[in-house]
Amino acid sequence: MTRPTIAKTDAEQAIAVAWADVKDRLPGPAPLSARREAAYKRFEAAGLPSRRVEEWKYTDLRALMRDAKPLAQPPGQIGTARARTAGAVLAGVDVRRVVIADGVLVKEISDLAGLEPGLTIGSLSEALTRGDSEVMGRLGAQSPAEKDVAFALNTAFMGDGAVIRVAPGVKIARPIHLVFCFTGPVPATVFTRSLMTVGAGAAVTLVESHEGPDGLDYQVNTALEIVAGDGAEVDHVKIGLEGAAALHVATLTAALGRHVQLRDLTCTLGGAAVRNQIFARCDGTGTVVGLHGATMLRGRQHADATLVVDHAIGGCVSREIFKGVLDGESRSVFQGKTIVRPDAQKTDGKMASHALLLSENAEADHKPELEIFADDVVCGHGATAGALDEDLRFYLMARGIPKKDAETLLIQSFVGEAIDTVTNEGIRDALTSAATRWLEARE
Amino acid sequence: MSLLEIKNLKASVEDRQILRGVDLVVNPGEVHAIMGPNGSGKSTLAHVLSGKSGYEVDGGTVTLDGVDLLDLEPDERAAAGLFLAFQYPMEIPGVATMTFLRTAMNAQRKKRGEPELSTPEFMKRVREEAAKLSIDPEMLKRPVNVGFSGGEKKRNEVLQMSLLQPKLAVLDETDSGLDIDALKIAAEGVNRLRSPDRGMIVITHYQRLLDHIVPDIVHVFSRGRIVRTGGKELALELEARGYADYEQEAAA
Repeated sequence: MTRPTIAKTDAEQAIAVAWADVKDRLPGPAPLSARREAAYKRFEAAGLPSRRVEEWKYTDLRALMRDAKPLAQPPGQIGTARARTAGAVLAGVDVRRVVIADGVLVKEISDLAGLEPGLTIGSLSEALTRGDSEVMGRLGAQSPAEKDVAFALNTAFMGDGAVIRVAPGVKIARPIHLVFCFTGPVPATVFTRSLMTVGAGAAVTLVESHEGPDGLDYQVNTALEIVAGDGAEVDHVKIGLEGAAALHVATLTAALGRHVQLRDLTCTLGGAAVRNQIFARCDGTGTVVGLHGATMLRGRQHADATLVVDHAIGGCVSREIFKGVLDGESRSVFQGKTIVRPDAQKTDGKMASHALLLSENAEADHKPELEIFADDVVCGHGATAGALDEDLRFYLMARGIPKKDAETLLIQSFVGEAIDTVTNEGIRDALTSAATRWLEARE
Repeated sequence: MSLLEIKNLKASVEDRQILRGVDLVVNPGEVHAIMGPNGSGKSTLAHVLSGKSGYEVDGGTVTLDGVDLLDLEPDERAAAGLFLAFQYPMEIPGVATMTFLRTAMNAQRKKRGEPELSTPEFMKRVREEAAKLSIDPEMLKRPVNVGFSGGEKKRNEVLQMSLLQPKLAVLDETDSGLDIDALKIAAEGVNRLRSPDRGMIVITHYQRLLDHIVPDIVHVFSRGRIVRTGGKELALELEARGYADYEQEAAA
């Protein structure tokens, strides 16, 4: 992809300087360096995506990124101490914590002892340094997010992250919690890449939470690649609690075999500008994909959920339910694309995105897309945006429930439809509490 | 002292006057029926009493047990002892009926300075009242009124009324959309709630509901005011003769 010669923006120039500076120091053997170089070239040719790029139409990264912060330094003593208390959103839930602070997996504050048989968790940076063949193979394979520029940038700069493997047939009961945090003290850019391979017939629950200080305009580009073998069961929850000035771009890719169950929830409450993109591909028949979203924004927050569900083969089911609650002058974007390839007969795809506008100035953009090349499929989508139903509120008030409590009940039930898709009770309750705290802070 | 006193109540919707001077006194223990043709303002009276937005009160006063209702929010009116049984109960997806009942009961208790009900005490009361109304306990786990039949929705209204124990209940067209069996169950529930301290206003277009909830006093409502008041025999007379006479009278 090329574009007319346009002067590089400040951010693009800063990224070029950073690239020249670190490219020879990034972990990984020669084949990976070539791959990083190719990814950077792809970014350089396209530039930061602007509204002229259809996939980024509502989230103009070129305009949003006034500058690019220098690459983050590994956390020192103070940063590590801060990272210990990160991920508190799941406090009280029995999870295995793996802490990734300022882009570095910090083993001494991660819970890596007594891993269940069949489960391995390691650092990406270490895997790259020793040239781990499986990791190298994975990073060399065609990714569902291959063409995306933000993902290319992640491939170029990725330093560390978690590498998780669940052996075939192994069912891991205790959820794994990747605690991502930026600790400061000055704004910086963090690139993390994590990989999770779930073997045939295996089961695992992975939660990511992302957070950082409110006062710093730090930038995060994070990616997680999931590969699930036949009959695997994968629950994935991403909790976005970035600081109030943060820019956060996240890519999730999922390559799914036969009869896989993938249940995914993206819950976004924090950050100034957030982009969550999901690329899911059904490579085997009988697979069921559920992608859900619960977004609660206020002030001038911007959050974008962009999905591509690729039915590369027939006989799979995809369900998307995205709920947005928008106060102040906030804006939510939903772009959902379902692709049904020519041979993907008997595909069953349904997509719904709903926005609840709590103020006059909030905005919701929905863009559902169906690209269907097979003729025997059931696919549909629906999108709504509206205010709280006054008649419902009156009904609750007429029973003695005060106005704010009535609204809280209605908003909770609205986002509850998405949050309730999480099967783990502790995680579900923690998310419900996070939503409640958001509502209690409402003016 | 009378329970409810409505004096010269006038109200409009979007600058169109609907209530044109309503006077009504309900004493404790009395059941009043308000009958009248469609569009006469019966349901508007119910909505204005309960404080629904969109209605402008242009004059008059309403007091419940000495409390001026018109200055209160709908939830405060409910806590003061007013209950409106809706003609069309709302469906609330995502809110379990149990959660709704509990939130409502505790909100009212809190406003009145009473302690919250304990979970076992609350469950006991709900189960008892639900059983009297032949409401399946499974239904209480479902979202409020979602997927309920017309009869189930009205029984759910009566259940709420029996749990909230209001001083004054206003039943807006409780018979609409009900077959005779469903009507009987709902009416029996209402009759169980008749008590010497409680007042009721039954709003209906048809006399048939009044066979089951027998009123002490019947009012004829036409063009935004009460045009005639009598005993329960007045309902039978209306059934036989229709409302035509009153519409002319009110227009005159």
